[in-house]
Amino acid sequence: MNENTTNDPIIICEDVHKWFDDFHVLKGITTTFKKGERAVICGPSGSGKSTFIRTINRLEEHQRGTIIVDGIELSNDLRNINLIRQEVGMVFQQFNLFPHLTNIKNITLGPIQVRKMSKKAAEEAALALLERMDIADQAYKYPAEISGGQQQRVAIARALAMEPKIMLFDEPTSALDPEMISEVLDVMRELAHSGMTMLVVTHEMGFAREVADRVMFFDEGVVIEEAAPADFFDNPQHERTKLFISQTLQH
Amino acid sequence: MENIEITQEVKPPNTSKGPVKWLQNNLFNTWYNTILTCFALVFLFFVFKGVFSWVFIQAKWEVIPANFQILMIGPYPIEHVWRIWIVLWTLAVLLGLSAGIWKGLVLRISTAIAGVGLIFLLVPLDIVKNSEAEYATLEFNINIIYLIFFKRRWLLGCLALLVGTFFIGRNKNGLKKWIIGGWILSFPWTMIMLHGFGENTVSTTNWGGLLLTLLLAAVGIVACFPLGVLLALGRRSKLPAISWVSTIYIETVRGVPLLTILFMGSVILPLFMPGDFQLDKVIRAMVALTLFSAAYMAENVRGGLQAIPQGQVEAAQAVGLTYPKTTLFIVLPQALRAVIPAIVGQFIALFKDTALVFIVGLLELMGIAEGIVGGNPNWQGYHVEVYVLVAAIYFIFCYAMSYVSQKIEADLGVGKH
Ligand SMILES: Nc1ncnc2c1ncn2[C@@H]1O[C@H](COP(=O)(O)OP(=O)(O)OP(=O)(O)O)[C@@H](O)[C@H]1O
Ligand SMILES: [Mg+2]
Repeated sequence: MNENTTNDPIIICEDVHKWFDDFHVLKGITTTFKKGERAVICGPSGSGKSTFIRTINRLEEHQRGTIIVDGIELSNDLRNINLIRQEVGMVFQQFNLFPHLTNIKNITLGPIQVRKMSKKAAEEAALALLERMDIADQAYKYPAEISGGQQQRVAIARALAMEPKIMLFDEPTSALDPEMISEVLDVMRELAHSGMTMLVVTHEMGFAREVADRVMFFDEGVVIEEAAPADFFDNPQHERTKLFISQTLQH
Repeated sequence: MENIEITQEVKPPNTSKGPVKWLQNNLFNTWYNTILTCFALVFLFFVFKGVFSWVFIQAKWEVIPANFQILMIGPYPIEHVWRIWIVLWTLAVLLGLSAGIWKGLVLRISTAIAGVGLIFLLVPLDIVKNSEAEYATLEFNINIIYLIFFKRRWLLGCLALLVGTFFIGRNKNGLKKWIIGGWILSFPWTMIMLHGFGENTVSTTNWGGLLLTLLLAAVGIVACFPLGVLLALGRRSKLPAISWVSTIYIETVRGVPLLTILFMGSVILPLFMPGDFQLDKVIRAMVALTLFSAAYMAENVRGGLQAIPQGQVEAAQAVGLTYPKTTLFIVLPQALRAVIPAIVGQFIALFKDTALVFIVGLLELMGIAEGIVGGNPNWQGYHVEVYVLVAAIYFIFCYAMSYVSQKIEADLGVGKH
């Protein structure tokens, strides 16, 4: 456990199931994330990692079980969904910045339209965030005019601008050229030390070892192993996990 | 090993081309291209000679000044023309202020409209030519100046207002709300002003010519756009009822010729009206044109909507934007800019389609032209002159729209960001 982790649960998943038509993607996920916890989720392609973290802000709907985020249960109630989305920031593999808006407008849109912040306050906050991401000089450019690593940092700033309690990352460095990966990981590391609750899908094992409180290994829609990173990497219990770790570390 | 000099400055290959060089490279680079170029030159010479001699020698342009008024406004009574000018002046003020405040797109539109106005100001369409010799006299040339700057003082005033209010409106962001309100009121204001109130009214049966063409086109364009966007969103809606209604509407309208819809508007629509309530002919034509264009607009917009990656919507939802706000701030701006050429193409088609309202007995520009050369014995044999003028007028307006579209595309950097 890191110095920021508390004992208050902030995300509670109980027997979460998800199907795409007949295809059973999540087969009963039961787990609890504590406030301030940093969890890394890994596993082979198609195992349901993305689907799982997307159920937490309802980009995917789960069909059985319960998910409670910050005391609010995810149901079809639109008001609850919108409340939870304000508390949960998300960073995507493909950045998904809004190409028709400047970087700063990408960041201020949520605070102004959802949090009802004034334009001036939102811009000040956005500039401070960009400063923290070390890209303040890119504020008035368009996403297409900056590098991938910079785009992903703008995307992180966009999520943080909503002052979320939880951050979800879905393979945030997989679409980046190798020399840009570290600049994004640095920002994430800094965020982790600030006490943010983070769920990170990633294959960056160095990052997991250094930052995570817990590593969860997904395979075919179930969590087959979870442990603190030291135990997970040095002493994996399952054959599948051993195979996965050896394959990943070779790369 | 060879010692390569790397400090030497490398200049880009010389691609600069003077006109002579260009001619050599493009028109006379091989013997067969030289022959083709010569043939083309001879051909162009005869085409230009023909056009030139027709326009300046053969064409009997006197038909235009003699019918200028009716071409512009149809049977609208001349003593009421001030009403039209008041409407145009109001619109010029609104447009000028908007251009000053919003700049960008609105400024582009205003520039194009000002350009069209300038053409009407400077081309001497209503000069009556009494004799050939008259052209040479000093008096006649003074007359042209008189025509442009005095006889057309209303139009001149209109352009002056447009430019003047543009400078007044610059950076007056506080006026935004009022201007939007003004635009909303401008439609009823136009209709009431043109029609008049009290005893002294001009029935819509007297609205005609270019005036009616512009009115139908403007209302159609402004109204079909939001309707088309709503239909496009409706067709993609997850609620089956909305999506079915939109789809059925779009497919039905697209499967029926505009002529039929105009005809139904004038014959069938009144059957649904309560009692002996009579919906005005011009309004019926406006409604029919709008409903027709909206279906095509919807399909154009839908094409743009389909091009938006799902990730954009997800990213907007992830920051907590609701469906309407996601649509308004993320999806539509991207979708619309992707289909600007198609949308403007639709506007141009609508502008030209207004010519079809003759089927319900309205005399817009083309109908009036027909009436002049077909109905008036004095002007038989003047078809070509009248049709050339009408074509030129259509071209000016359609080209202005096309120009705006190209400029917007360049401004927005379509395909760039
Ligand atoms: N919208 C969808 N419709 C149908 N099937 C889907 C959909 N989204 C994902 N799937 C399927 O669900 C399975 C799990 O997908 P998911 O994206 O969660 O995997 P992942 O663990 O994130 O894999 P990767 O490492 O490749 O990102 C995959 O087999 C995928 O093909
Ligand atoms: Mg994935």
